[in-house]
Amino acid sequence: MNLVETIRIGLRGVTANRLRSGLTVLGILIGVAAVIVLVAVGNGSSLAVTQSIEKLGTNTLTIRHGSFGPPGSGGQTQFKDLTVADATALMDATVAPDVKSASPVVSSGTTCTFEGTSYDTSVTGTWPSYFEASNNTIASGDYFVNDDVVNSRRTVVLGQTVVDELFGTVDPVGSEIICAGTPFTVTGVLETKGSSGFSDSDDVIIAPLTTVQSHLTGYGSLDSILVQTASADVQEAAQSEVYAILDDRHDTTDTSSRDYQVLNQASLISTVEDTSQVFTVLLGAVAAISLLVGGIGITNIMLVTVTERTREIGIRKAIGASKSAIMGQFLVEATVLSIIGGVLGVLTAILVTRFQIAGTTPVILPISVIGAFGVSVALGLFFGSYPANRAASLRPIEALRHE
Amino acid sequence: MTPVISLQQVTKVYGSGEATVHALRGVDLVVERGDYLAIMGASGSGKSTLMNIIGALDGATAGHYELDGINIDSLDESGLSIVRNRKIGFIFQSFNLIPRTTAQSNVELPLLYRGVGRKERAARATAALESVGLANRGHHEPNELSGGQQQRVAVARALVAEPSLLLADEPTGNLDSQSTKDVLDLMDVMHQQGRTIVMITHEDDVANRADRVITLIDGLVSADRWNRPRGQRSRTVTA
Ligand SMILES: Nc1ncnc2c1ncn2[C@@H]1O[C@H](COP(=O)(O)OP(=O)(O)O)[C@@H](O)[C@H]1O
Ligand SMILES: [Mg+2]
Repeated sequence: MNLVETIRIGLRGVTANRLRSGLTVLGILIGVAAVIVLVAVGNGSSLAVTQSIEKLGTNTLTIRHGSFGPPGSGGQTQFKDLTVADATALMDATVAPDVKSASPVVSSGTTCTFEGTSYDTSVTGTWPSYFEASNNTIASGDYFVNDDVVNSRRTVVLGQTVVDELFGTVDPVGSEIICAGTPFTVTGVLETKGSSGFSDSDDVIIAPLTTVQSHLTGYGSLDSILVQTASADVQEAAQSEVYAILDDRHDTTDTSSRDYQVLNQASLISTVEDTSQVFTVLLGAVAAISLLVGGIGITNIMLVTVTERTREIGIRKAIGASKSAIMGQFLVEATVLSIIGGVLGVLTAILVTRFQIAGTTPVILPISVIGAFGVSVALGLFFGSYPANRAASLRPIEALRHE
Repeated sequence: MTPVISLQQVTKVYGSGEATVHALRGVDLVVERGDYLAIMGASGSGKSTLMNIIGALDGATAGHYELDGINIDSLDESGLSIVRNRKIGFIFQSFNLIPRTTAQSNVELPLLYRGVGRKERAARATAALESVGLANRGHHEPNELSGGQQQRVAVARALVAEPSLLLADEPTGNLDSQSTKDVLDLMDVMHQQGRTIVMITHEDDVANRADRVITLIDGLVSADRWNRPRGQRSRTVTA
C-alpha cells in the first residue's frame, strides 16, 4: 500500500465526522495563531521602541549634567557646570576627530500662546547643528542659523504637535507666538517624527541657545550637550574622546563618580531590545501552552475515534490490512487535522496582525510562522501516534467483536 | 496435492480459572481444493471459534494448522495479515462493510491492501460487483443498501482478490428468504468455478447445498458426511 492510498483513506476519516474534525482543527488553529500573533505583537512593540530611539539619531551621544556615581561614594566635592566652552572643546578636530558636532542644550517648560490659544510645552535652546544631530528636518519655512544665535534673535522652529495645538490649520511660518511673556517669530516647522508610545517627539519648540538663556533659563549650567559622531561605527571612540576632554576640563579624579554622564544611543537600543526580547519570549511561551493543549485535543479525539471505529479496524484487519497500514491511516488523520489547523492558524494570524493590537503594530517574525506550523505538524504526529499505535495493535478478532 | 486446510488436534481455551471455556477440544479436519464444506452444530458448539482459527483471525491454543501448505502457527502478525489478504475471503453474518464508504471502495479494499494499482482495482471491483448483480450500486454506501445487497457486496469483496479459501460464518443468518437464495446461488456459482468454500449454518436446507457437512458438538467433530461425492455437483449443474 503506498503513501497516496494511505493519505486518501486518512482523509476520508477526517471528512467522515466534520464537526469533530472541525473542533480539533479549531484547537490547533487557535494555538498556532496565538503563537504567531503574540510573538508579532512583542516583536512589533520592540521594533517601535527601537525605531523611536533611532529617530533621536543613532550616531549621537548625550552628555548630561549632574553626578551619577554610586550613592555614598563621596565622589567629587566640586560640581562644575556643563558649559558652552565644554561643547566648543569637544569640537576640537585633533583631540576629538570622531566628534562631528556638539550642540549645547538648555530647556525650560513654559506656556506659549497664539491669538488666545495657549499650550503647555517646553522650549529647547540650542545651536543649529542640533537639527542634524537630532535627526530633525524642516518641513516648511527655515532653520534658524548661527547668526540668530550670535544676535539672540527671538526666532523659533516648531514641532507639528505644537503647530496643531496653537495654529490648527493656519500656516504658522512668519507668525508670532508668546512664550513666558516674550514674543518669538516662527521661522519654520519640523517634519513630523511621530509618537514613540511614551513620548511625543513632535511636541517641541526649538530656539537659539542665547535667546532661551536670556529670556527663559538664565545662564547657569547647560542641561546637556548633544554630540553627533562622525558615524555610528565610531560611537565607542567618540565616547572615549568625550571622556578624555571632559574629565580634564572638569578635574575628574575618580572616573566612577563624574559630575556628568554620557548616554550612548546604541547601548540604549540594545538594552531596550534585550528587555523586549524577554517580553516576546514570555508571550510566545504562553501561546505555546495553548498550542500544546490543542495537541492534547488531537490525542483525545483520535482516542475517541479509535474506540468508536474499533469494529472498522477489525474489518480492515480481517481483510488483510497490515499493522503499518492501520497505523498510517490514523497517523494521517491526526496529521491532516493538525496541518489544516496549522495552515488556518497561519492565515488567521496574518489576518489578525494586519490590525493594531494593544496600541502596537504587530510585525510577524518568519521564524514564529515556521516554528508554530512545524510544531503543530509534529504535535499531530506525536499525539496521534499513541492512538494510532493502539488501533494498529488491536487483535482482529477482538476488534471485530467490539460493538 | 496439498489440502487447502489441514487441522490436527486443534484446541481452543477461552479465559482461565473458574471462567475457563473449552471451545474446541481437539479438532482434526482436512479440506481439499474445490471442496464445499458446511459446518453445523448447536449454538455454542464452537463453530465460529473454528472458523476464526481457519481464517487466521484468532490463534489456536494447541494443535497444528496448515493453510495451503503454510504453517499458520508459526507466522507473526505481518505474515498473518498477508495470509488473510491473499488466501482468505471472509463473509460475516453481520456483513461487516466499512460504514460511510461506497460499495465500490469496500470491494476495492482487499486489493488496496495488496498494493494493486488504482485502475486495475477499479476494474476488478466493478467486475466483482457485476458478478453479484450489483453493477449499478457501486457508488452507494452501506446504509443505502438492503441487507441482501450488503451481503452481496461482502461476497464481492471476499471474491475480488481471488483467495484460495472462502469462509462464511452464517452468511444468510440475517437475510430474508429471497436474499438467502441469492447469496447461496452465488456460493454455488463460486463452487462451480472451483473455489474452496467453508460455510457455517444451522439450517439443513442451507447445509444441503454443500458437498460435505460436518457437525460440531461441544468442540468436537461428531459427524462428517458427504451429500454427494466430491466434485459431482459442479459437473452436473450448469451455470
Ligand atoms: N471471546 C470469548 N471469550 C470467552 N468465551 C468465548 C469467546 N468466544 C466464544 N466463547 C465461548 O466458546 C464457546 C464456543 O463459541 P462459538 O465458537 O462462538 O460457538 P458458535 O459459533 O458455535 O455458536 C461458547 O461457549 C462461547 O461462550
Ligand atoms: Mg457463531
